[in-house]
Order: sequence, then structure tokens, then C-alpha cells
Amino acid sequence: MSEAPPKIRIRGLSKAFGTKVVLDRLDLDVPAGKGFVVIGGSGSGKSVLIKCILGLIEPDAGTIEIDGRNVLAMRRSEREAVNARIGMLFQQGALFDSLPVWENVAFGLLARKMMRRPEAKPRAVEILAQVGLGPDVADLYPSELSGGMQKRVALARAIAARPDLIFFDEPTTGLDPIMGAIIDALIVAQVERLGATAFSITHDMASAQRIGDEIAMIHKGKIIWQGPADRIYDSGNPYVDQFVRGKSEGPITMEVRV
Amino acid sequence: MSALLDLLAAIGRGVFGLLSAAGSVAVFAAVALSHVVRPPFYPRLLARQMMEIGYFSLPVVALTAIFSGMVLALQSYTGFARFSAEGAVATVVVLSITRELGPVLAGLMVAGRIGAAIAAELGTMRVTDQIDALTTLSTNPIKYLVVPRLVAATIVLPLLVIIADILGVLGGFIVGVAKLEFNPATYMQRTWEFLEVQDVVSGLVKAAVFGFIIALMGCYQGYHSRGGAQGVGAATTNAVVSASILILTFNYVITELFFAR
Repeated sequence: MSEAPPKIRIRGLSKAFGTKVVLDRLDLDVPAGKGFVVIGGSGSGKSVLIKCILGLIEPDAGTIEIDGRNVLAMRRSEREAVNARIGMLFQQGALFDSLPVWENVAFGLLARKMMRRPEAKPRAVEILAQVGLGPDVADLYPSELSGGMQKRVALARAIAARPDLIFFDEPTTGLDPIMGAIIDALIVAQVERLGATAFSITHDMASAQRIGDEIAMIHKGKIIWQGPADRIYDSGNPYVDQFVRGKSEGPITMEVRV
Repeated sequence: MSALLDLLAAIGRGVFGLLSAAGSVAVFAAVALSHVVRPPFYPRLLARQMMEIGYFSLPVVALTAIFSGMVLALQSYTGFARFSAEGAVATVVVLSITRELGPVLAGLMVAGRIGAAIAAELGTMRVTDQIDALTTLSTNPIKYLVVPRLVAATIVLPLLVIIADILGVLGGFIVGVAKLEFNPATYMQRTWEFLEVQDVVSGLVKAAVFGFIIALMGCYQGYHSRGGAQGVGAATTNAVVSASILILTFNYVITELFFAR
């Protein structure tokens, strides 16, 4: 029986900013329909990796295939069609603070002309309910919400267009442990409901285990380990072991400039 | 010798930096202009920006214009009295206001108010990933954020300047009649007597160009801001300073095009 093709296949991905190499000929396969998590320390290249996949940063070399098609070689219109099937939850939510909550949630639906404004608001309220927010929130502005509520709205926006691939950038950053667990549970529930592939980056190990079926570790721009989430504390890789246990001693040295 | 080389190197770096920035702004403007004529269009955003840039700038532009007209009447009267040319006050006021002070002062005031606001808004959107979020939601940020501001500013600045022209002349009229004791009918007659269509049109063309410059520099600086709150602050300052300098530069260029013999 042949193995299912990966949702995302990355080969030889490189990106440098000036003399600083952030991604160094990185290879990665993300299995379809699973929760995939990339862990790594600050400055290890996690955010640049996700931005390269989303087309927000142009890599220097390499290929990124989504569903077998190299997105880096696509025309703009083709790329937009691929992006229409992708959802993204940004680290700080990145909600549009000039728009009320319901317009934030329905933004992609309106932008892609999937529905008109009169139909979009009830649909946004439905989606807000799926992430545990009542209709009274719909007309508020993002600045009137708590951090946890903003994260829920951002999640609602990410799933509104029923994407089959969803990216999560540090989904629990800035939240207390209880709210972090709630957001993770919502992520898992919504990803399962949509049957989507979830690609997350985080350095929160509790979160990584809750939302990930498979985990990869990035270090100095390369994937140095990849395996099932339940093997993360038993990886046999000294870099992974030091990172997941938060040990100051080990092969990973922090570059500190004084 | 070494000090001289260091000096030349520093000048060279400065010139290259300036040319590089100018090229980058020109490319940004060209990309934005190419999106003006391509759908999708955002009329709701355009209307909102016209309100923000035009309507909400009215008080500050109106006050600036009326006091400038008043001062101009007072200054030219006391100056012209030295060679018995007091009768030219009304003409000097209307020509100065329509050709120069209306568009330049309105441009500088709007640059301070709107250029800074645009840079701060887009800069904050950049550092909080809102601009990246637009891209992931199938929305071109240039089309959604930059084009409505550029078009709105280019349209509403001439409208603001028409109002500034009227209020500036009115300011001169008030001082001329109430303080300098001109006959109101004579003052108005002197105002119209030497005014030509070209005087007003040149001011309106300047206003349109200044509006474009203000929005362009605000959008460019905000769109490319980096590094959190400090970066947004720097973008705001750069937007106002660069727009003000460009307004004064293009003021000369347009004057040269209209009135050079």
C-alpha cells in the first residue's frame, strides 16, 4: 500500500537576511489531515518558514509544494486560488482594529465574494458561536475584547472560509495556561470538524502536544528531528531533549550579545 | 587625505541612499497607480478616506487660511504704504492666496495631520501583522490600503484649497474693511480685477499634486515601517518631513511650469 502524498512538501528551502542564514536548505513533509507542529527556539527560523509557505516572504532557493504543486512557480492568480483554501491564525491575532468583530470574521468571505454583506453578518455570528462567542460580540471592536477573546475571533476568521490547510503561529502566546488549553481544544475541534491539515509553530510544549499528531524540530534553519508527538520526550535526539525539557545545559547554545 | 576620502565616502553614501529611497518610492507609486485602474475597487473605503482627509481637515485648513489672509492684508498694507501703493492690497492678497498660500499652507497642514495619521495607521498594521493578514485573506494590501488613500487625497485637496482660497480672501477682506478702512465694494472690485483663471487653476493643480504626495509618503513610510513602536514613530516623522519637503519642492516646479516666461 503506497503512503498518502504529503499536504506540503518542502525541499532545499533557503532564506538569508544579509549575512544571517535563517533557513538552510530545509526539507520537510507535512502529512495531510493531521496536526503538524514545528517547535524551535526564538530565532530558529519558525516564523520565516511559515511566512515562506504563505507567500509573505520570498525564499532565496528551494521549492514549496502544496497538494503536489510548487506554489513558488505559480502566477499571482493561481497563488490566490491556493491561498483561498488556506486559513491563518497570527501570533497576536492581527485583527483589523478599524473593523467590528463580525467584519473581521467575514473579511475573507467578502473579499473572495463568497457572499454579500447582508448574508455575511449572520454567517459570522454562526462562526463566532463555533468558537464559543455570543452574538453580542459581533458588533464590538477588537480593542474592546480580552486577549483570549481576540484569539477566538482570530480563530473564527481563520476557519470562516472552510480552509483545508490552516496555519497557527504560536497560538497560545500571551494567554494564561487555562485559556491556552481552551484555545488548543478549540483548534483541535475545528480542525477535526473541517477535516483540515493544521500546521502550527510554537515553543509551548504543552500546546504542541495538545494540537500535534506529529512534531518536527527546527534548529539553525534545518529540521533536525521529526516524529510522532508522543515520542517527543523520548526522541533520542539531544537537541530535542534539551529543548523539550528546557535544560540550560546541552548542545543548543543561546547566542547572547552583550 | 584620509579625512577627505572619509568625507567623500560619507557624501557618496548619502547620495546613494537618497537615490535608492527615491527609486523605491517611485516603484511604490507606480505599483499603486497600476492598481487604481484595475478591479476590485473599494468605493466604501474611498468614501471613508475622503471624509477623513477632506471633511475632518476642514477646521484646521479654514483657520490657517483665514488668518493667513488677515496677516497678508495687514503686512502688505504696512509695507505698500511706504511707496503709496495701498490700493494693491486686495490684489496681492487674492494672488498670494490662490497661487501660493492656499495650496501650500493647506498642503503642509494636511501633511501634518493626515500624512502622520496614515503612516501611523499603516505602520501599526505592519508591525501587528495586519498587512500580512490581508494577503492571507486574498486581499492585495496596496489595493485595499494605499489606493483609496492616494485617490482620496488627490481629489479632496483641491476641494479643500477652493475653500481655503475663499476664506483667505475673506480674511483679507475683513482686515481691509474693518481695520484698514477700505471701501468694501472697492476692495472686492480690486480683488477680481487682476485675478485670472490660471491663478486659481495653478493652485488647484498644486493641491492635487500635494494631496498625492502626502498620501504617497504616508503610505510608503507606514507600509515599510519596521521594529515596533519606535519604527512606527520614525515612519510618522519621516512621512511628515518628506511630504513637507516634497511639497515645497514641487511647489517651485509647478510654479515654474505655469508662470515661467
